[in-house]
Order: sequence, then C-alpha cells, then structure tokens
Amino acid sequence: MSAHLPILQVLVPLLAAPLCATVRNGRAAWAVAVVASWTSLWIAIQLLALVLADGTISYELGGWAAPWGIEYRIDTVNAFVLLIVSMMAAVITPYALRSIERELEASSVALFYAAFMLCLTGLLGITATGDVFNVFVFLEISSLSAYALIAMGQDRKALTAAYQYLIMGSVGATFIVIGIGMMYVMTGTLNMADLSVLLPQVSSTRTIAVAFAFLTVGISLKLALFPLHLWLPNAYTYAPSTVTAFIASTATKVAVYMLLRFFFTVFGPAFSFDVMQLDRVLLPLALVAIFSMSLVAIFQTNIKRMMAYSSVAQIGYMILGISMASVTGLTAGILHMFNHAMMKGALFMALGCVMYRIGSVHIDSMRGLGKRMPWTMAAFVIGGLSLIGIPLTVGFVSKWYLIQGALEKGWWPVAVLVLLTSLMAVLYIGRVVEAAYFHDFPGDDEHDLGEAPLAMLVPTWALILANLYFGIDASLTSGVAGSAARSLLGLGP
Amino acid sequence: MSVGLVTGLAVVLPLAGALLILLLGRWPNVREGVSLVTAGALLTLVLRLVDPVKAGLRPELVLVEVMPGIPLALRVEPLGLVFALVASFLWIVTTLYSIGYMRSHHEENQTRFFAFFAISIAAAMGVAFSANLFTLFAFYEVLTLCTFPLVTHHGTEEAKKAGRVYLGILLFTSIGFQLLAVIWTWQLAGTVDFQEGGILSGTASGGVLSVILVLFVFGVGKAAVMPFHRWLPAAMVAPTPVSALLHAVAVVKAGVFTILKVSVYVFGLDLLGELASTPWLAWAAASTIILGSLVALTKDNLKARLAYSTISQLSYIVLGALLANEWGIIGGGMHIAMHAFGKITLFFAAGAVLVAAHETDISRMGGLGRAMPITFGAFFVGSLSIIGIPPAGGSWSKWYLGLGTLEAGQIGLLAVLMVSSLLSLVYLLEVPVRAFFGQPPDGVNLQAGMREAPWPSVLAMVITALATVGLFVYPDPVFDLMKLVLP
Repeated sequence: MSAHLPILQVLVPLLAAPLCATVRNGRAAWAVAVVASWTSLWIAIQLLALVLADGTISYELGGWAAPWGIEYRIDTVNAFVLLIVSMMAAVITPYALRSIERELEASSVALFYAAFMLCLTGLLGITATGDVFNVFVFLEISSLSAYALIAMGQDRKALTAAYQYLIMGSVGATFIVIGIGMMYVMTGTLNMADLSVLLPQVSSTRTIAVAFAFLTVGISLKLALFPLHLWLPNAYTYAPSTVTAFIASTATKVAVYMLLRFFFTVFGPAFSFDVMQLDRVLLPLALVAIFSMSLVAIFQTNIKRMMAYSSVAQIGYMILGISMASVTGLTAGILHMFNHAMMKGALFMALGCVMYRIGSVHIDSMRGLGKRMPWTMAAFVIGGLSLIGIPLTVGFVSKWYLIQGALEKGWWPVAVLVLLTSLMAVLYIGRVVEAAYFHDFPGDDEHDLGEAPLAMLVPTWALILANLYFGIDASLTSGVAGSAARSLLGLGP
Repeated sequence: MSVGLVTGLAVVLPLAGALLILLLGRWPNVREGVSLVTAGALLTLVLRLVDPVKAGLRPELVLVEVMPGIPLALRVEPLGLVFALVASFLWIVTTLYSIGYMRSHHEENQTRFFAFFAISIAAAMGVAFSANLFTLFAFYEVLTLCTFPLVTHHGTEEAKKAGRVYLGILLFTSIGFQLLAVIWTWQLAGTVDFQEGGILSGTASGGVLSVILVLFVFGVGKAAVMPFHRWLPAAMVAPTPVSALLHAVAVVKAGVFTILKVSVYVFGLDLLGELASTPWLAWAAASTIILGSLVALTKDNLKARLAYSTISQLSYIVLGALLANEWGIIGGGMHIAMHAFGKITLFFAAGAVLVAAHETDISRMGGLGRAMPITFGAFFVGSLSIIGIPPAGGSWSKWYLGLGTLEAGQIGLLAVLMVSSLLSLVYLLEVPVRAFFGQPPDGVNLQAGMREAPWPSVLAMVITALATVGLFVYPDPVFDLMKLVLP
C-alpha cells in the first residue's frame, strides 16, 4: 500500500472527478470531494514523513523502469508542495458547500466538484511526476479545469476573465511544451533525472538555450510573474469565492514549483544561473512586481481584486528568494509558498464569507462589517497582519528569511524594498479595517444580516490559526524548506 | 513554583484576565473586579522575582523555538524588572482610576476597553522580560497593535485620523528600521540573545555598526525621538486612562526601555562609546528634549502639553543610554520609574479635570483649584517630579543623568538638561498656578456644583503623587536594581 502512495496521491482525486460528475446530486458530489481531498491530505502527510525519514522515493508507473517508463519521484521539495496543495484542498472543500450553493446554480454544483477534483488532480500530478511531458499533461488538466471553474463565477465578466486566462494560459502551456520538445530532440529523454545527466553534454547548443528561454517565459506566464500577470486579477476577482481561495493558494505555487524543478533539478543551478544568468531576469522583475503591484493594490476598491494584485506582489517575494540562488534565499522562496498559501487562502475565504452575506466585496459595501460579522472581519484582520508580516504570524517568518538572504548577498537596498512594501500592505489592509470598523453599515439597521454560516467560518478560522501556529513554531516549515533548498542546490539534504 | 515559570505567568496572567473580562462583560462590577484582581496578582508575581534577581539569578523560560536559533524566550534581568515593576504597580492604580473615569464619562464599549488594556499590559510584560531581540520585537509589535483599538476607542473621524498617524509612524519605524536592524544583528552576530557586554562587538566595521545603531534608535518609534514623535500627541484622542498608563508609562517606556536594553546588551557600553554615530544620536535626543519642551510651551490643550512634555522627557532616557557610561544607564533606568509616577499623576489630574469640570484648555482652568484642591495639589507634586526638584523622585534620576553627562565630558548636554528643567518649570507650573491663583473665565460659575472627580480617580492620583514623594525619600529599590545592570 505505502509503496503505491505516489500514484495514489494523483489517482484519488482523478477517480473522484467522474464520480462527482455521475452522482449529479450536489451534496453527494461534495461528500465525494471532501473524502477525496482529505484522503489526498493523508497521503501527502505520509509521503512527507517517508521522504524526511528515508530520502527520495522513486515510483515506476506500470512497472516500466525509467527513463522509458514514467517515473514519479518524490523528494523534500515536491513532498512539501504536495502537502501545501492537498492541505488547501482539504480545508477549502468543506468550506465550499455553503459558498457554492449560494454562488452557483443547483444544476451545476456536481459538475463544479468534478472540475474542482480535476484541477486538484492536475496540480498534484505536476508536482508528483518526475517526467517532463507528464508535467505538461497535468498542466493542461489543471488549467482546463481552472478555466471552467473560473467561468462559473456569478458575474458575466467571469466569462471574459476565464477566456483571457485560457488564451494566456494556453500560450504559456504551448511555450512549455515547445521547450520540452526541444530538450527531447537534443537528449532523447523526458525523465527529469535522466535529463539532468544528459543536458550538460549538449548545454552549449543554441537549441537548449532556446528551450530554456521558452520554458522561462511559459512558466512565468503560469506563475503570473510581472509583466505576464495580466490574466490573474480578473480571474481572481470574478471566479466563485471558493475557486479564488483555492487557485490563489495553490495554482501559482505549483507553477513556482515547476520553475524550481526545471531550473534547479533539470538544468541545474550552475547552468541556469551562471551560464544563462536567470537571476538577471528574475530579480528585476520580482522587484518591480513587489513594488508596483503593492502600489496598485492600494488603489483598488474591489477587495478581491486588491488581494489579487497583492498576490502578484507576493509571487514577487517568492521569485526574489529564488533569484538569490542561495540556501537562505531558496528557503525563503519555498517557505513563502507555504506561508502565502496560508494567508491568501484565509483572506480569500474571509472575503467569501462577506460575499455570502453581502453579495459584494466592494470596499463601500464592507462598511460597518466589524460589528455585523465580527468573526469574519477578525479573521480578515489577522490574515492581513500575516500578509503585512507582523511577528508571530507566518508572514513574518517568510520576511525574516527573505531579508536575511538579501543581507547575506549584501543586497541591502533589496532588504529595504522588502520592508517598505510590507508597509504598503499596511496601507491596503488598513483601508479595509477602516471601512469595516470606523464606518456605519450603509443598509437598513432593521435587517440584521448576521455572521457567515459555521461551515464557512470554521475552515476560515482553521487557516487563521494555522497562520498563527506556523508563525509561532516555524521549525517544521522552515526546516523542510531549508532541506528542500539544500537538495535543489545539490548540497545534500 | 520555579522562578522561570513565574516569568511566564507574568505574561500569561493579564491575557487570562483579558479573556475573563470579555466573558464577564455583562456585569460591570464583576468585570472591574477581575481587572483589579488580575492587576494585583500580576504585581505579586513580579515582586516574587525581585529577590531571586537581586541574588544574582536570571530566571529564564523558553516558550517555543520559532526559527532555528531564534526562540521566543523570556529572561528576567534588573532593567526589565524595573520596567515590569513600574508597569504592573501602575496598572493597579490606573484600573482604579479607570473605574471612576470611564463610568462618570459614560464611555461606550468599556468591556473592549478593559480587555485590550489587559492585553497591552501582557505585551508590556513580554517586552520587559524578553530574552532576545526577536522576542522583544514581537511583543513590541503586539503592543502597537493592541493599543490601536484603545487609541481609536471613540470611533470618530478624529480618532480614525489619529489612529492612522499612530499606526503609520509606529509600524513604519519598527518594520522599516528596527526589523532591519534586528535581522542585520542576527546576520552579523549569529545570535539575537541579550548578553552582558553585548553581542555586536567586533562583528563588523564601525561604520556598519554605527548605521545599525541609528536604525535602532529611530526604529524604536515608541521612544519618540524627533522626527518620529507625532504619533504620541495623536494618541491623546484616547480616553485619559489610556494616555496615562499607556502613553506615559507602558508604551513609551517600552520604547526607551528597548533603547536602554539594546545599548547595554546588544552593543555593550564599550562599543557604544566608540561608535561614530553615538554622539550625533545623543545630540538628536538633546534636540528632542529642547524642542519637545518648547512645543509644550505653546500648547493650550492640557493633554497635548503633557504629550510634548513626555516626548521631551523620553529623550532624557535615550540620552542616558547614549552617554554610554554607568551613570547614564542608571539615570536613564531610574527615570523610567520616576517619570512614570510623575507623568501618570499629571494625566490622572488632567482626566479628573475633564470628567469633573469638562475642561481641556489650560487657559480656561483659572480658579479651578479652589473647587478641586486635591487634583491640582497632585498635579503640583507630579510637576515637581518632572521638573526634577525635591521633594520628588524625579530629582534623583536627573541627578544621575547629570553625573553621566559630566562623566562623558559633555558639558553641553548638561546645559541641555538644565535648560529643559527650566522650560518644564514654566509649562507645568502654569497649570496649578492658574488653578489656585487665577480667575475663572467669564461666564463660568465655579460655585455651581463643581467638585472633585469620583473617589476612585481621586484616590488613584493621591497614591501616585505620594509615591513620587516616597521615591524621593527612598529611591533605593530602583537604584539597587539599576546598580545590578552593570556589574
């Protein structure tokens, strides 16, 4: 049983998807999704424990040995990402029940869960596999289902948002497959471990350089690196609340993982950073993303859109850490994948609660909510503090490593910029706090709206408490991220 | 019970108190009872730490290892103990005062008020007992955040604006400068623990360490060294007990305490005395002393005048730290206690005037002393302590600070201290002089039912006024502890 865990990780949600579609009943489909996502979480925990205890796990699909067959290869890096993705799914599916009933028509609820499970399958597949073409296949599964999920938003603009994402996402995926194809032409293999051995022999060729470029642009599109982020704000704003919370906390993280996997494991840090000088592209873009997107976020009136721009800025933090190509920098980047999933997931879930009661997340309609929805708004405030990076929240731990990495390199202006942009987060979170706590509710006072249902509040608060827990005791997350960083740099676990 | 555990309890107890206050909010008498009992219990706990610390023990408690090598940990040393003693004693008195003030002023949301008050005290205890820079920073930020609802208590447009300034400056300085300094220290020294003799010595060039010192001094916005002082007058929109305990004692003293602690345990006085930026920063503090006093002279609103007086007085302590000698540290540490007792008395009196006579402007307080003799009597005693003349405790701390400037060979700084005392004489004594000898403004009839504030408030300010006199006669408890800071 435990030998088959790597494939079961992907198989469970994959089988749950058609099951959701066939049961037709919304609640039954939801139950299937809950069971599947919690099983995934259990598998992810088992895998991480196994990897931490015994080292890398290699699983040959169908018994065909690599490099001919498809290999699933779990090490600290992807075990950690698997945990992030399945944990977010496990928290969000229980939350989805009430939120989706409110935001979707009854007839499409079951199909929603089917698409949701497919999206989860895709994300877990990209992460678990050790085969580059398999990455592309799962990328398409997750992307296509994500387009469908986003298009289910109430607002008609969700359709254009999904279409925009479809176009940009397809360009990205195509670039990735072109890059993979070129590598295959030059080496005759699709297995990552095999590629990393064979690529150095042909690395001086123009073809590999072009493949590298295609992969860089393709992956950057998927992870919404500035200025390739244009699809993201609309997609996050108009998607159903549940979808925003899930996509924001997982999809971009998995794309960041792809970046790590391709440029550190497949190409190797020496080629990526010394020869191709990837950091010269990533570092400036990351800095511009962090600064400009934080600035744009301050002026948004739709809070979901505000958080979307903030996400692009936060992705900038991850890429900044990665572009340092040092142990501390990579640790910061990987750690922030986990921490950002925690905080953005919680924030979008709190916004989903507001959406459920008020039907809008415009800043004016959130006036006076501090009194009317105290638990929801308290969750938002704590999530916001985590985003700012107040000590004893996860955001602080990320920032600590990031600044430490920058100072190690002697990049003190970068350290200053990171701190200044945290203060910009104070501004945009502060606007919501002022609206919620210093203004009276605009509607009639007679009609008391009350809190969001417990089924939504409990998962939201579970994530909020995780924000605090992993901010107070970060030894697990920073330890795993640190050993992942060392293994990516080839320095042993 | 081990002393380490007592330290932890000192932080947890006010938190537990806050929880109880929230739960018992429906019954105001029980709620206030809980506040008083918690405050009393906290003082008992802190007092239990005095003898072990005097005996040379440094009770420690590691709460959790947050990041490798960076634990959330507590460690009691004499400087922190002084701060904790002052804060926990004055919390009892302030609670007493608040009961009278909040009720007769018909404030709303009193449960929230008392709960956040207790959380703020917990954070102040955390700051006082922090064992390393990370713990200090964490509690420092918690203190900023949980005083925000207290500053903006009234929820008005004015409160919102003040809240922006408050949070804006405090977070800007702490995240922008202090956090950078903390991480830089970790980067250089490989530790963030407070250690006797400092941890930064010899880790980097004097230039880099000078920059870090600048980042620390201005990064501790709570110390209100100009130009990062504007949050303190802004915070005066809060109910008076908040201004009294938090913005004359707990919050601002957490700031200057941080600077003292960083000077002694991160830089070490030897290193501090060598750095190029130290004299410049000392003069920045000196300018704040003078400018704060001058601005105080121009303020007619009593709380605003007291706020600028606090800004000026806080820089005494910053200056004491930056003198980098034993007398400076002792004087600065004693001033934490002396200024606290003096200034809280002044704020209590200001609040009593507001409650009983509904006056905030000094120019309209003429003749009020005849109706409220105890209040203005207490104000007079408090003023003496701030000015630094006998028989009030403030004279001792000024004495040692003065010795410190001489030891450092800085006659100019001694002159600054003297001039500032004269200025504070003018701006503080104007208030009781007007109240006792002045004429009431036109149209105000003092005979019409004007009397003292409710008795708990009056009692509170009598206690603190007597304490300032007591600290003049018997300053030994504070002095003895401060002598232990530099063995």
